[in-house]
Amino acid sequence: MTKNWKAIVPKPKKNRAIRWTVVLLLAAVYVWAFSGVQFTGFKETAGQITKSILAGIASPDWDYVYMPEGEDLLRGLLDTLAIAALGTFISAFIAFPLAFWAATNMSRTGAVSGTGKMLLSFIRTFPEIIMAILFIKAVGPNSFAGVLALGLHSVGMLGKLYSEEVENMDAGPTEALLASGATRLQILWFAVVPQVLPGFLSYTLYRFEINVRSATILGVIGAGGIGTPLIFALSTRHWDRVGIILLGIIVMVTLIDWISGSLRRKIV
Amino acid sequence: MIEMVNVTKTYPNGTKGLKDINLTIGKGEFVAIVGLSGAGKSTLLRSVNRLHEISEGEILIDGKSITQAKGKELRMIRRDIGMIFQSFNLVKRVSVLRNVLAGRVGYHSTLRTILGLFPEHDVHLAFNALDRVNIAEKAYSRADELSGGQQQRVAIARVLAQEAKIILADEPVASLDPLTTKQVMDDLKMINEELGITTIVNLHFVNLARSYATRIIGLRAGEVVFDGPVSEATDEVFAEIYGRPIQKDELLEEPVA
Amino acid sequence: MIANTELKRPKPPSRLKHYLTAVILLLILWGSAVQTESTFGKLIQGLPNMLDLLKEMFPPDWGYFAKVTHAMLETIRMALLGTTFGAILAIPVALLCAGNITRAKWIVYPMRFLLNLNRTIPDLLMAALFVAIFGLGLLPGIFALMLFSMGIIAKLAYEALEAIEKGPLEAMTAVGANKAQWIAFGVVPQIQAHYMSFVLYTFEINVRAAAILGLVGAGGIGHYYEVTLGFLQYDRTSTIVLYTLAVVLLIDYASMKLRERLL
Repeated sequence: MTKNWKAIVPKPKKNRAIRWTVVLLLAAVYVWAFSGVQFTGFKETAGQITKSILAGIASPDWDYVYMPEGEDLLRGLLDTLAIAALGTFISAFIAFPLAFWAATNMSRTGAVSGTGKMLLSFIRTFPEIIMAILFIKAVGPNSFAGVLALGLHSVGMLGKLYSEEVENMDAGPTEALLASGATRLQILWFAVVPQVLPGFLSYTLYRFEINVRSATILGVIGAGGIGTPLIFALSTRHWDRVGIILLGIIVMVTLIDWISGSLRRKIV
Repeated sequence: MIEMVNVTKTYPNGTKGLKDINLTIGKGEFVAIVGLSGAGKSTLLRSVNRLHEISEGEILIDGKSITQAKGKELRMIRRDIGMIFQSFNLVKRVSVLRNVLAGRVGYHSTLRTILGLFPEHDVHLAFNALDRVNIAEKAYSRADELSGGQQQRVAIARVLAQEAKIILADEPVASLDPLTTKQVMDDLKMINEELGITTIVNLHFVNLARSYATRIIGLRAGEVVFDGPVSEATDEVFAEIYGRPIQKDELLEEPVA
Repeated sequence: MIANTELKRPKPPSRLKHYLTAVILLLILWGSAVQTESTFGKLIQGLPNMLDLLKEMFPPDWGYFAKVTHAMLETIRMALLGTTFGAILAIPVALLCAGNITRAKWIVYPMRFLLNLNRTIPDLLMAALFVAIFGLGLLPGIFALMLFSMGIIAKLAYEALEAIEKGPLEAMTAVGANKAQWIAFGVVPQIQAHYMSFVLYTFEINVRAAAILGLVGAGGIGHYYEVTLGFLQYDRTSTIVLYTLAVVLLIDYASMKLRERLL
């Protein structure tokens, strides 16, 4: 018995209209995007330069790693790490109270946490490079500017992650302490902080990993770290130096990621 | 139809999941495999379609060795074997119809199936299969909108769409309530009798095994300790399979007609 | 009456580890401060400079918005294309990195290693490299964002892939599907909503990143930072910052709404 299934169980139609509009919209967006890019073909030198860079990575300038008197790779990497470490610490310090401001379960009205969240969002969106440039104007073109820039900018992401940790917290211990007559500060210290501390530490380490990368960039505008020698080597076409610096960055970041990753696993 | 010759499974730590199993299951039989948890029921069932590998021995499906088969040959053999699982194993976010059509992928080229271009014949088959288990009207619903019993029936429909000659059911009713259990077991029995599909079911409930199967195989610690028609499977036999008298939780609460 | 015997208290756990960690932490911080020559004193000294700067930055040059709009649009284009290409590249990479999909360990581990390598180099540095290769313009920026996006999406995707239910995958093996069908029917439906969410998230990040890449010559509005700072036109700098902020907030909001509908 051959039944006409299309008639008995009709296929639902309403999705199709939405799907087609979405597809057309996307197509329009991409046409606009591609039209703005002039593809004049690869420069003839592109292939050459790529080969030189790869050659520079393959046989890097090993002498640059350690030079007793002056600026060398190790010092540059150390500088970068120092900027990242101090910057992360400062940002954790500032983000801690801000997290409680922004967390919805810590204040009575939504308006309070709303302003906190907006502040964090603003800080997060303010490009750290620009912060670095501004701090350079304030304290001069040195690593300190980088520290301040990282310290302030990281507050944005750390504060957001911290506040989410606070919002995800179990309300039980807080209730218990409230019932036993504790003050707000005591509740914070005995019920909230112990719960959120592991998460805070984990996020701080995560942010440190990101900051190590950011610190390598800060050198581009003169705020210290390994970025400056890299840009210099690029513009003077010292490909072997570019190679050793890239290798140094890769090794450093990989090591830090690995250490930080193991620490984070032990915390949670 | 299914021949298991000297089948043994040894795990890396040395324990033997299956010990020298020799079985022959003929076409159209309805076999229930019973035994304690860990006795090897699941391992035995899943070695039939090679979801689990065996360490020694050979398994022949319709004369062809699935143990030796590779690549396309293996897939062709699997195509003829349908399996339903305790946790239904449907793709939750996708429609019932697409889940059933997934049973047809072994019949067409990769490109056609990936693009979802199943021929009219397949769609028809899928609907007929859904109709046989009485949920044709749910064809376009998302699989996770269905109840447990309905999802299992979709799984059965998938096996029917596969045009499988053998159905393997790994504790198909363990997650269902007694009423739905009866419906699903009735469906399996009906398919076995009307379409002649060889059915092997792993069951936890003793009285279900007795009510629906024609033949019972009892496993204990990886060995076959009983193999015979239902009439011979007395309480004493079950006591031996389990190593102790039947307990209350091995009988389904509602009496099955 | 209960006999009053002295309770033997268990020894409290050693706090040595805590003290040691605290000491190490302090050493690291002190060392960092010395290395970077950071002192409170400098901060206080520099404060008046910073305040002067802030005064010059506000109010922003409202007229400048219109002048840099085309650069802003370039930035969005760059982010869009970079994310798209990166997302496409991420698909095979994620599949090859997921241990439950690619059985051969000798493929999975090297792929993950390469992926990690990709993620160690920051986007701005990659852009600088590509500018050296391709010259100025949007192309190096798109390339840099493409590699950057691939790294983020592939990592998130392969972690999500390893968490999908294996039930439907077993069912597809039992049905006799080949690898491609197995992925199409078992893996894809489970992962596609997550994947789209990751792509949108990466797009959010890329818009922020694209706004800066111009600093190294990779096109977009970043170039104008150099211009305005070079000419000490700080009110125009804050125009750029505010413009970027507005665009980012808009895109973030739209992306968040879309992601909520997906998952």
